[in-house]
Amino acid sequence: MANYTLKVRRYQPESGEGAYWEEFKVDLDPSLSVLDGLLQAKDRDDGSLSVRCSCRAAICGSCGMKINGQSGLGCKTQIGEAQELANKMAGASAGEEKAVPTEGAEDNTTIVVEPMGNMPVIKDLITDMESTHWTKIRRVTPWLLPHGEAPEREYVVEPESMIDITQSMACIQCGACVSSCLSMEADPDFIGPAALAKAYRFVGDPRDAETKERLHDLAHDPHGIYDCTHCFSCIDACPKGVAPMDQIMRLRRKAGEEGIEDPNAGHAHEMAFVNIIEKKGTLDEAMLVQESYAPGIKGKLKPSKRSIRETIKSLPTILRPLRKRKVKLRQAIPGTHHKLPGDAMDDVKAIYAHAEEHNEEFNLYIKGEDEDFIEPEPDEMTEETMTAEAAAAAESEESQS
Amino acid sequence: MPTHDVLVIGAGLAGQRAALAAAEEGVSVGIVSKVHPVRSHSNAAQGGINAALNPGDSWESHAFDTIKGSDYLSDQDSVEIMAREAPEEILHMEHLGVTFHRNEEGKLGTRAFGGASAARTYYVADITGQAIMHVLYEQLMKYSERVARYEEWFCTALALDEDGECCGVVTRNIADGSMELFKAKSVILACGGNGQVWKPTTNALICTGDGIAMAYRAGAKLMDMEMIQYHPTTLAGKGFLITEGARGEGAHLLNKNGERFMEKYAPNKMELASRDVVSRAEQTEINEGRGFEDGTVALDITVVPKKRVHEALREIVLVGRDFAGVDITREPIRIKPGNHYTMGGVKTDVDGRTDIPGLYAAGETACVSVHGGNRLGANSLLDTLIFGRRSGVDAAGRAKRTEGSRPSKAVLEAEQAMIEDISSREKGSGRRVSEIKLELGTIMDAKVAVFRDETGITEALETVRRLKEEAKTAYIDDKGSIFNQDLLGAIELGYMLDNAECTCIGALERKESRGAQYRTDFPERNDEEWLKHIDLQLSDDGPEISYSEVTITQWEPQERTY
Repeated sequence: MANYTLKVRRYQPESGEGAYWEEFKVDLDPSLSVLDGLLQAKDRDDGSLSVRCSCRAAICGSCGMKINGQSGLGCKTQIGEAQELANKMAGASAGEEKAVPTEGAEDNTTIVVEPMGNMPVIKDLITDMESTHWTKIRRVTPWLLPHGEAPEREYVVEPESMIDITQSMACIQCGACVSSCLSMEADPDFIGPAALAKAYRFVGDPRDAETKERLHDLAHDPHGIYDCTHCFSCIDACPKGVAPMDQIMRLRRKAGEEGIEDPNAGHAHEMAFVNIIEKKGTLDEAMLVQESYAPGIKGKLKPSKRSIRETIKSLPTILRPLRKRKVKLRQAIPGTHHKLPGDAMDDVKAIYAHAEEHNEEFNLYIKGEDEDFIEPEPDEMTEETMTAEAAAAAESEESQS
Repeated sequence: MPTHDVLVIGAGLAGQRAALAAAEEGVSVGIVSKVHPVRSHSNAAQGGINAALNPGDSWESHAFDTIKGSDYLSDQDSVEIMAREAPEEILHMEHLGVTFHRNEEGKLGTRAFGGASAARTYYVADITGQAIMHVLYEQLMKYSERVARYEEWFCTALALDEDGECCGVVTRNIADGSMELFKAKSVILACGGNGQVWKPTTNALICTGDGIAMAYRAGAKLMDMEMIQYHPTTLAGKGFLITEGARGEGAHLLNKNGERFMEKYAPNKMELASRDVVSRAEQTEINEGRGFEDGTVALDITVVPKKRVHEALREIVLVGRDFAGVDITREPIRIKPGNHYTMGGVKTDVDGRTDIPGLYAAGETACVSVHGGNRLGANSLLDTLIFGRRSGVDAAGRAKRTEGSRPSKAVLEAEQAMIEDISSREKGSGRRVSEIKLELGTIMDAKVAVFRDETGITEALETVRRLKEEAKTAYIDDKGSIFNQDLLGAIELGYMLDNAECTCIGALERKESRGAQYRTDFPERNDEEWLKHIDLQLSDDGPEISYSEVTITQWEPQERTY
């Protein structure tokens, strides 16, 4: 048992007052959760303290909130760990280097609990998920669209494909990623991490027949897949390992493969990086614009209207650093960037070769952790060994005994 | 007055399936849920869903396993229906988009589960319930014009007309506190079980037996309320569930001496015997001093290949890490039996009809009965889908046939008065609602659990009746309208106490040991006297007991060994 102080951002809509902070002292085992702390405060001190919660085990997705500024689930954040983090943050901001006390020591700092971000607050920690989160989810046509009649039995699909989309299926719609999304802070219309992860669940599903349409839709929406700024916040916030940003990147890659030209030339820009470094070993920034919009010799011999337009558009961006002398004129001329020496180039080539050979994403759902793999014991009942026949034999044995 | 042909209360698997089935019949449907549908507790069903779909397996085998698992208390006609319709339902779910695990050929793959004579459990990693429920919610979003969703609306009472037929419900819109009377020709209760009556429990905070209590108060019969499942593998203290899938994948149960004690209790099926058998074995080990000092035994998952654990038991890797500080791939985890499932509930026929015309029940709220004295793992999801669908279809049929009456305003006014009464109690006028809940949960877990006897159950019943009195003066802090969870908690306490009283009465009445009901003072199963259901109906003196026959089709009761 230890003492903690939860500093809760409260808002009572019927009071006529604005939001305010209130501190609750709670007393519980460090391994229990911040939600347990809040429920203790609610049970003992103030029943009007409002928080959505149900399962207490990180499966229902009700208790999304910010703890010490970080979005997550109240039930999945151990209060002892929240205290350590709060102390560390307080220590850092005070510039102190001495070890900070934990586990209910007198000079513990408070654990700060707030409602999720990027959503209107209804009451205390309860936010309006309908107007934000769920509206965005519905935006991505979140249901399977197969073509034609369903087969008599199941759809036969690659086993890996099901495991792959099970990662986005693992989403519990808690909204923690939405709460943490920096792009959405800048552009509230951004479809956002949760809804795009949901979209991947269909795009990656071999049973869905509208993959192309979905990709075009999400790519051409100005608030769609290219609105993500790659900040990783949603990956940090997600309590279920869904890694929404990874799903967004998969959508982008699939869109690129589909030949979809995205408005920011994001995919082409990415490819320009890859190609320039492959050729030179380091980045020739002067080549970035043209390689992004008019890649290779072909692109330069027959530049598209868009590539000309984009090149002209990016001239000020090139001229500004020249004028401020941040870049020398020589560096701004495409093609003059030096190449790495031979042995270093060999290393770069080796990296590219390795990457191409292992052209798969790190996905725990597919790959598992196969180091220290233990062989199953022969008598173990597993899916492989327990065939229907073996089971029937076991049953007849059992009825005889 | 919001009006629908069919109104479903509760939006877990049973409720959503019922709503979609009713909508397909072309009637107007509403679905009311006190939480957003995807927060419903069907999420927690990790392991999978049973169906005899493999060549070589048969519905008879599935039915027999279920009946044997139920300790012959299930009604065999309903079990037959469930087992026969299971394969088609699984395929339907697959077609809707559930990401079921595939075998190497890309076809549906299975895992082994407790009490089953074949590997017939279909699954999505260990998030099967969540995966199916989110897919059903996708369908609800798709058919939003056919099914009106009332998300975060709390149901306080059923409305009956002068002929005693159900014609609507009283609800409170949680967002603004407004009370609304709904009119419906058929009402389906799909509100889940009553696990919160026990503490700890694997059940979510929302599982307060609302549907069972509302039906009981309206005069519907409840059945086999004493049959409460204790799941063999829950985390001590916190009650979190470790899926039976862990044992399905080969995990062992060990006592403190490292002995695989199931050898003594179920030499054939070992860890995969029925849940009641495994829970009793664990509790016996603990009671006889072979458990750990914290009252637990160990579940050893390290014998399962690590890759397989990460692929198929991912959720419990997280549960172990986040809630017990244990890496289950490297060391055993301490577990004990914990409250898990309500086999009993509102008595229904195979189409979900209760004995109140127009009132249906499905899923954990209902007692069809397919689970009898003990539910097999991976049969609960199946129960929700099969009988959810059947209720939806039948409720739609009734709606097409009947005119429906207008519910009386008096019902609404009575509920408004009930709420005003709770809100008007001054601080300190009685006990806090939370205190009463804690006392209730503690006594039920101590006296009406794995092992029971007359003295203990009587003590629990007396406590429950005292708490019922105390609940009448219990006060709340929140007097507001918007998201007043405090008030809802007080109403839920009333539901919980009714559930608890009925369970105690049933447990006291059944003077034998069958399935989850183990009476140390009556340790044998007694088919002569007790191969029958215990029905309870509200009277002026509380639950009135009557009996009904168990339907036997082709499986005569035999001795039950695993």
